[in-house]
Amino acid sequence: MLTQFFTYEFLQNTFYTGLLIGFIAPLLGTFVVVRRLSLIADALSHVTLGGIAFGLLMEKKYGLAFITPFYSGMVFSVIGSMFVERLRSVYKAYQELAIPIILSGGVGLSVIFISLADGFNTDLYSYLFGSVSAVSRNDLWSILTITVIVLVVLLLFYKELFMLSFDEEHAIVSGIHAKRIHFLFIVLTALVISASIRIVGVLLVSALMTLPVAASIRIAKGFKQTILFSVIFGELSVIIGLITGYYFEIPPGGTIVMTSIFILLATISLKKGWDHFTRRKAII
Amino acid sequence: MTKPLVSMENVSFAYDNKHALKDINLQIPTGAFLGLVGPNGGGKTTLIKLLLGLEKPQQGTIKIFDKNIKDFKQWNKIGFVSQKANSFNRGFPATVKEVVSTGLAAKVGYFHFFTKQHKQKIENAIEMVGMKDYINRNIGDLSGGQQQRIFIARSLVSDPSLLILDEPTVGIDTENVQKFYGLLHRLNEENNITLLLVSHDIGTMTNHANGIACLNKSLHFHGDTSAFSNLTEKELSKFYGHDLNVVTHQH
Repeated sequence: MLTQFFTYEFLQNTFYTGLLIGFIAPLLGTFVVVRRLSLIADALSHVTLGGIAFGLLMEKKYGLAFITPFYSGMVFSVIGSMFVERLRSVYKAYQELAIPIILSGGVGLSVIFISLADGFNTDLYSYLFGSVSAVSRNDLWSILTITVIVLVVLLLFYKELFMLSFDEEHAIVSGIHAKRIHFLFIVLTALVISASIRIVGVLLVSALMTLPVAASIRIAKGFKQTILFSVIFGELSVIIGLITGYYFEIPPGGTIVMTSIFILLATISLKKGWDHFTRRKAII
Repeated sequence: MTKPLVSMENVSFAYDNKHALKDINLQIPTGAFLGLVGPNGGGKTTLIKLLLGLEKPQQGTIKIFDKNIKDFKQWNKIGFVSQKANSFNRGFPATVKEVVSTGLAAKVGYFHFFTKQHKQKIENAIEMVGMKDYINRNIGDLSGGQQQRIFIARSLVSDPSLLILDEPTVGIDTENVQKFYGLLHRLNEENNITLLLVSHDIGTMTNHANGIACLNKSLHFHGDTSAFSNLTEKELSKFYGHDLNVVTHQH
């Protein structure tokens, strides 16, 4: 594997991209989970699929090479995220309604674009389930840019985001501009989703944002530690998932997600065992 | 006489043409421990929202630190512990320290980070409410009474001059309620923090507060506690609009 890694540029692109998304997806995912927005990632990934299908259609029918599926997916995702925020404020009492509306809208658009292009076959398959060979050097640079943007924004607005997630009322009383921060946050989520899709695929991208966090939340003390463990679990899943996916010629989306599920189950049972052990010790 | 810390003059507020508050004249002197009582729907929460600048009065003026609330900027001088502090997400993975630090965020401001002094303040506030041993525990692992102390610490961390508490003892057992009032007295007497406490519990309030304001759309009583205790039940029922059982706690 190591020699192949240095021989083939596509493997390097995939691996570096994997490391980047293994970092930012669980990082932002921690905020997504504690704000109970886990399903929004799913909705946005389906909108991104609509954008990707649009980009593929443009490429195939009109040969417009400058609208790559990566960028059109990103634009759709960001626009979708704005709709989510809008819908959530329209349906204040039924905020989860935004999810099926946006999700079905995304799938609807995808179906229309796919049939307009008379199908895409293999390309689309790799967008749905991820691929080890689909990341170009240009994609890698774009994803690196997204990573830097996410990191800078999170660093600058960490305390505001934390406050809003923990206790929105208190945050507003303290003079935090809740709407602007929400907006910023949802746009970041859209960016991270569009960055992750090449590797894990549309159907599984939300898993990379939520499963590592689900494992971390069981064992972490405090919010910063939750983020730290989430990122560690995310990176582990991506690295193990990419290597096994490459060897067994399986789309990495599947192997990455199954690795995170394994980590999640292991964490839950280890935590249970540990609690049992300490309780017995306390009794003795 | 020193200027009152908060002063409301002829303040009225209506939701959709329905009066929630009418012609309120209320002064809170510096150092007071004022209890605000009144029936549900009597406008207590609305009054707090006005004081916190979350709603604007349609009539009248509100002054805080002798400054019109429209021009008031030092919001970190006002601490607020809400009733909802009891209903936050209990599974939230945050330590006591992290929760208390959010009380400083407004003071620190956008694009700024916590300094050593800020961290010291956070620790002091936690110590003040007697929760130092729990500093690195997850907030969800604490009891309701302990959590309420943490929320007080969160509002203390920015050195407020006025602390507003909205039904802070709901869902806390009697023993811890007593401890809680002990803490409030210390804050009021030793740290010289002015308190505005909203509660249903008239009995406990008359034992602790040194002034009472009774609110049912308009202010029916505003004076010191002994004068309030001398009111007959009949007079009290009149502003509640229904019969009332006053339970007086004896110590």
